[in-house]
Amino acid sequence: MTPPQRRRRFPKTSPEPAPQPPQEGQDTPEGPKKNPERLYVITGPDGTERSELDLVTLIVAHADPPPSATPEQAALLRLCTAPLSVAELSAYLSLPFSVVTVLLTELLTAELVTARAPVIRQALADRSLLEAVMHGLQRL
Amino acid sequence: MDFNGSDTIPGPRTEDHLPHTAQAAVKIVIVGGFGVGKTTMVGSVSEIKPLTTEETMTQAGIGVDDNYGSETKTATTVAMDFGRISITEQLVLYLFGTPGQERFWFLWNGLFEGALGAVVLVDTRRLEVSFDVMGRLEERGVPFVVAVNTFPDGPRHDIEELRTALDLSPEIPIVECDARRRASSRDVLMTLMKFLHSLAVEKAPV
Repeated sequence: MTPPQRRRRFPKTSPEPAPQPPQEGQDTPEGPKKNPERLYVITGPDGTERSELDLVTLIVAHADPPPSATPEQAALLRLCTAPLSVAELSAYLSLPFSVVTVLLTELLTAELVTARAPVIRQALADRSLLEAVMHGLQRL
Repeated sequence: MDFNGSDTIPGPRTEDHLPHTAQAAVKIVIVGGFGVGKTTMVGSVSEIKPLTTEETMTQAGIGVDDNYGSETKTATTVAMDFGRISITEQLVLYLFGTPGQERFWFLWNGLFEGALGAVVLVDTRRLEVSFDVMGRLEERGVPFVVAVNTFPDGPRHDIEELRTALDLSPEIPIVECDARRRASSRDVLMTLMKFLHSLAVEKAPV
């Protein structure tokens, strides 16, 4: 049986040109138009600057929940007495990742938790990191 | 959800706690269509019972302008299963299984950010489900390997036939696996790591 056929794609080297905003004060059928701020301007082109928290950022609580903590914050603080990823916190609390990042941002600002940043893939992967992962997998 | 009874929130079991020495985490994404075995693969190698994180997708209804003020929105909850492997006392590896269909690509924002690489899990009964996924990874420059989860009733193709059908360049590894078996899933991850290592050596031969 002949399998279905795919066609390869290639990295997008240059970002697509941004659409030209209409000139300020340019008349449209509805009258002069103002430029509302587009959402992607605020969040960056690929949402990359949206949040410094990754699914695998490790969170550690510093302190017991203060009396002022909301129930959600208190639950979160109790969960991460030992390091726990944002993904695990989201799973245990049954809250979406986006909601957990909001809660964590508050706790980070209040210095009740610290975040241990993930090791991210650079343009050039760190060979010793890859080797460490391979050694770890070999022991499985 | 009522958090006032938060003492009852299930947390990690004692044996699922990471050591305090855990400093950093890396992630690998396993992507494929429904029923292809992503969760099975995550579960077979994970040291914790696979967990689920959910995200809500809100879609504005079509024709919003026509019924301004009463926009119809539909919210869909999408689950993403993940597991964990402690690599060293300091380093943790997370594995995320994510659906490959185009309507779930919103989940990919941030998911592939910084991921080491991806495993595209394919089912020879529905090979075309993985086509868009591979294209998307190629466009994003995310390195991936292809793992063929072997189902007893699936058509068998030899690897080179698959490579041609998937239009994969010769250096991209294609392996067969049985996602239910820990050793087999581990070997798939190892294939990805070796591939990533070869890319790193190629870019900076020292």
